[in-house]
Amino acid sequence: MDMDWMRLPIGEWAEVVVDWMTTYLDGLFSVLRSIFDGMNEGLVWVFMTPPFWVIILAIAVISFFAKGWKLAVGTIIGLLVIVSVDQWENAMNSLSLVLVATIIALVIAIPLGILASKSDIASRIIRPVLDFMQTMPAFVYLIPAIVIFRVGVVPGIVATIIFAMAPAVRLTELGIRGVDKEVVEAGYAFGSKSGRILRQIQLPLAMPSIMAGINQVIMLALSMVVIAGMAGAGGLGQDVYSAVQRIDIKLGAESGLAVVIIAMILDRITGGFGNRKRKATGPRKVAAADSTETTASVPAKTA
Amino acid sequence: MSQTEPPERAEAAPAEDRRRPDGPAIKVENVYKVFGRRGKDAVRRLKDGDSRDQVSSLGVAAVIDAAFQVEQGEIFVVMGLSGSGKSTLIRMLNGLNDSTDGQVTVFGSNVVGQQKTELRRIRREHLSMVFQHFALLPHRTVIDNVAYGLEIQGVSKTERLERAAHWINKVGLGGWENHFPDELSGGMKQRVGLARAFAADTDILLMDEAFSALDPLIRREMQEQLKDLQQELGKTIVFITHDLNEAMFLGDRIAVMRDGKIVQVGTPNDILTDPANDYVAQFVQDVDRARVLSAADVMERPQAVVAANAGPRAALRTMRDLQTSASFVTSRDRKLLGVVFAADVLRLVRKGADTLEGALHPTPAFVAEDQLIVNVLEMAVDSPLPVAVVDAEERLVGVVPRVTLLAALASTTPETDQVDIIVPPDPVSTADINAALEATADSGEVSR
Ligand SMILES: Nc1ncnc2c1ncn2[C@@H]1O[C@H](COP(=O)(O)OP(=O)(O)O)[C@@H](O)[C@H]1O
Ligand SMILES: [Mg+2]
Repeated sequence: MDMDWMRLPIGEWAEVVVDWMTTYLDGLFSVLRSIFDGMNEGLVWVFMTPPFWVIILAIAVISFFAKGWKLAVGTIIGLLVIVSVDQWENAMNSLSLVLVATIIALVIAIPLGILASKSDIASRIIRPVLDFMQTMPAFVYLIPAIVIFRVGVVPGIVATIIFAMAPAVRLTELGIRGVDKEVVEAGYAFGSKSGRILRQIQLPLAMPSIMAGINQVIMLALSMVVIAGMAGAGGLGQDVYSAVQRIDIKLGAESGLAVVIIAMILDRITGGFGNRKRKATGPRKVAAADSTETTASVPAKTA
Repeated sequence: MSQTEPPERAEAAPAEDRRRPDGPAIKVENVYKVFGRRGKDAVRRLKDGDSRDQVSSLGVAAVIDAAFQVEQGEIFVVMGLSGSGKSTLIRMLNGLNDSTDGQVTVFGSNVVGQQKTELRRIRREHLSMVFQHFALLPHRTVIDNVAYGLEIQGVSKTERLERAAHWINKVGLGGWENHFPDELSGGMKQRVGLARAFAADTDILLMDEAFSALDPLIRREMQEQLKDLQQELGKTIVFITHDLNEAMFLGDRIAVMRDGKIVQVGTPNDILTDPANDYVAQFVQDVDRARVLSAADVMERPQAVVAANAGPRAALRTMRDLQTSASFVTSRDRKLLGVVFAADVLRLVRKGADTLEGALHPTPAFVAEDQLIVNVLEMAVDSPLPVAVVDAEERLVGVVPRVTLLAALASTTPETDQVDIIVPPDPVSTADINAALEATADSGEVSR
């Protein structure tokens, strides 16, 4: 049966939009292209210039501060495994891509999250857009991205940003909306400006939630590494992709394992920073009773 | 509270007086608050006499036609059941809620519809707030919490920490400066809240159910501390509560709210003894009067009083006339010296003594006029005489007979115009007294 008459030309519309963008926004896109490219090149240079063990030590130090010596040791072992299967260069390429995409995603996502937390209308508009961005199969972004930014690392970065930024927006909004209303009100009651309340009260108190968002963005960005590899981004993704094409079990296992190791390290580090206890304040004493004279050692449960 | 230091009036007063203009601290004129998009329409209809329920389709009328003034240095309590609009009202005083209609002025500055910058200035300079659930900044230490108001005011770091430390000590939390709020108990957290409000050094404190989340003993302690601090510093305090006893204990004046309307404004005594309507009457029915009324509120004019210099004969005659067997004795300047009993005075008269000294006993029970009657009760039980009430100069200003005390507690009108001294049945008969007076009468005195 011929159903042509009721076919919606959505595909054609998308084409028109992309065509229009390549024609009229070309200037903007080439600027973005050089920025993203430049950032990525820079990071790759940072990771690749020193000998591998310097980078491993540096990441181990960060792990130590995030969570402690166990994670630091784990980090060193994991990264040495990557070196030993000869995936170090690929891993650093992928890490750069993930970091660049994450940073840009956060620069867009956190202000959007703040906006959504302040305005119900903004929130109502942003939410379905985010759902769309995150559920649309990530491959699909590659097509216009390649058309617009040409083959290379940039379409991978752009597709990653679009696919990965949603949790940061959502969790920023959630975190800020979840801050105790009375505490925010205390800020207003003492005459503070709303910008200052955001900075001094809402963002610090929303931080665990925002960090959880950042963690998820990084994880989603890593999951995009392979897809980015298909667009010519290089790195681990490209090896995984060609291993699939050639049914190369050895290459697939090694490059796949490297992705897992990087993912675990990044996850533990961001998770560690998210839950980090505030700095200790000498011997902790906990009030047992309301009487100011008593300082017994039983923690108080107050209603 | 026991830790509170003695008043430092001399230090506090000049700083306070510097900025305060004359006139009431807060003036509220015909203020309405209707939540909902059609608030203005609702107000128009409320003004035309519609009820709260009749305008409910236009919005929630939380405050209806509120009008009152808060004078400088008083504790003004707003009392009412949950949902009666108290929080909405207090939040209109600092503009956290904008009023739908009417005027709110704080030290002459308009709050309703005010520009944001000006509103922030008014808040910084005049109004600080204490919250029901403390609203401390959980990521800041106690001292940084207390210094918060000063920080917003732009006070330098060293100075604000110094002033914060002073207030932390003042509320009895010395040593806890560098701890975080979640390490403190509820009462301690609210002390931090109180210190934060006082440290901001504003003239007015707004307190919305500030002690309601605390358990009763701590609440009592906090109420006393607040009262002490207020007396010392002369702050203006607007205190919200749903607890009548708290209202009665703290309030210089009390506004009673019901369904968004203020149904009565008056002193605790007014509210208790002269409720404006059945609602207020019912509300005050179960107040713990013993903790609200003071001796001065219930005392009566002392009748059996004799001047020490009038001598035994005059004393005996007074007691005979009043049909009592004991009397208070006062000095020339009405200072309470003690009591005498008829039997002793009769003996003096028979002996021909001319002063009461030999018969004078120390007063068995006396209290200061501001003592709550809960404290008078105990004495009244033990004492054969009514409890004497004295002022700051120890002058006898009244007495509280047991009947009066019971009547006040039961909130009925006492009928005690007869005897104000209750002692075991008259041990001295009138005939004996007359005989003695007759026998010792000298020229000037005439007895019946
Ligand atoms: N932001 C708001 N939006 C809508 N209705 C509100 C809002 N705040 C308070 N109300 C309503 O106003 C009335 C008075 O509330 P409130 O001032 O909190 O009373 P109280 O403090 O005496 O318990 C209640 O019926 C409440 O539901
Ligand atoms: Mg309330």
